[in-house]
Amino acid sequence: MEISLIVNGVLKTVHIEDENTPLLWVIRDILDLKGTKFGCGKSACGACTLHVDDEAVRSCSYPVKFADGKRITTIEGLGDRENPHPVQQAWVEEIVPQCGYCQPGFMMATAALLKKVPKPTDEDIDKNIINVCRCGTYYRMRKAIHKAAEIQTEKDSNESNMV
Amino acid sequence: MKLKTWFIFLAISSIGVLLALANSPKIFEYRLLENQQSEIYKSDDAYNKMMDVLTHQRCMNCHPNDNIPKQGNDRHPHYFGMARGEDNKGFQATNCNTCHNSENNKYSGVPGAPHWSLAPASMGWEGLSRAQIAERLLDKSTNGNRSHVELIKHMTEDDLVLWAWQPGVDAEGVQRTIPPVSKEDFKKAVEIWFANGAVIPTK
Ligand code: FES
Ligand code: FES
Repeated sequence: MEISLIVNGVLKTVHIEDENTPLLWVIRDILDLKGTKFGCGKSACGACTLHVDDEAVRSCSYPVKFADGKRITTIEGLGDRENPHPVQQAWVEEIVPQCGYCQPGFMMATAALLKKVPKPTDEDIDKNIINVCRCGTYYRMRKAIHKAAEIQTEKDSNESNMV
Repeated sequence: MKLKTWFIFLAISSIGVLLALANSPKIFEYRLLENQQSEIYKSDDAYNKMMDVLTHQRCMNCHPNDNIPKQGNDRHPHYFGMARGEDNKGFQATNCNTCHNSENNKYSGVPGAPHWSLAPASMGWEGLSRAQIAERLLDKSTNGNRSHVELIKHMTEDDLVLWAWQPGVDAEGVQRTIPPVSKEDFKKAVEIWFANGAVIPTK
């Protein structure tokens, strides 16, 4: 089966035998984007979280056939060193990661949350950010999520002032 | 003398019995015609078959009364703190579709069907008796304003309802249990029960 995906803004076409192959393996093994991680393969940990048409999705449990024609954003496409996404910036400022393995998933889940809830409360965070971090960086993550919301708000108001 | 006493006693008793009979209410034995009998039996049977399905965990797990979906045959609360949210589909950024798709996922064991979501809170069945479930099912104020015809359609054609017979494998790769009545028998039971007036037997 031929599947076309817009990955981080670039159109990619992949040929795949099993259309039910998890999107995670297409992203990691075929498109060689290793930022998205495999943790459990059962939609339980969130390490594989990425965006499909701006919605957070657990890619270990997302058959690639459903991604055909859709926009996929991975941690590599969220931002870069020169132009980091507010979530990435906040993560650096709060020195969130320990081993780092779970972090891309958390950052993608947070970026999706900020799109829906620009100023999340602690309760919003508890409900929406339910990934698992074996190193227990939850405390710093919570601070970083609030900071990311501030950075995002500031960025948005600067942009609207420029217009 | 003895005989005379007995005669008088018998005569008085007979008069008493006759008077009592004359003043007691008339009791007629009521028998159902044979075809009526079999219809009620069938309808009752249909009700029980339908309820065997509705009270099975495949259905009940998504009809909670505490806004928390349940999982597995032991009906444990959905892991990760997932709950109803505002639209029966979880929270703003983490919702049913973060993990559940329109079909079962055989690799992750995550179940899926079209419009995967919790039943509305008004259709919470957990902890209710069969009769109470049937009442909620029939009450337009709780059933989403559905008529009998719409209920039959929903119960016999909706992909999410019928998912109960194709629940796929769980996270361990083990086939999920299915309701104790076959899909075809359930559909028939629903149709018969409604055709016979949707009578709730205990009422
Ligand atoms: S690897 Fe996808 S949720 Fe754990
Ligand atoms: S930082 Fe190590 S698992 Fe989260």
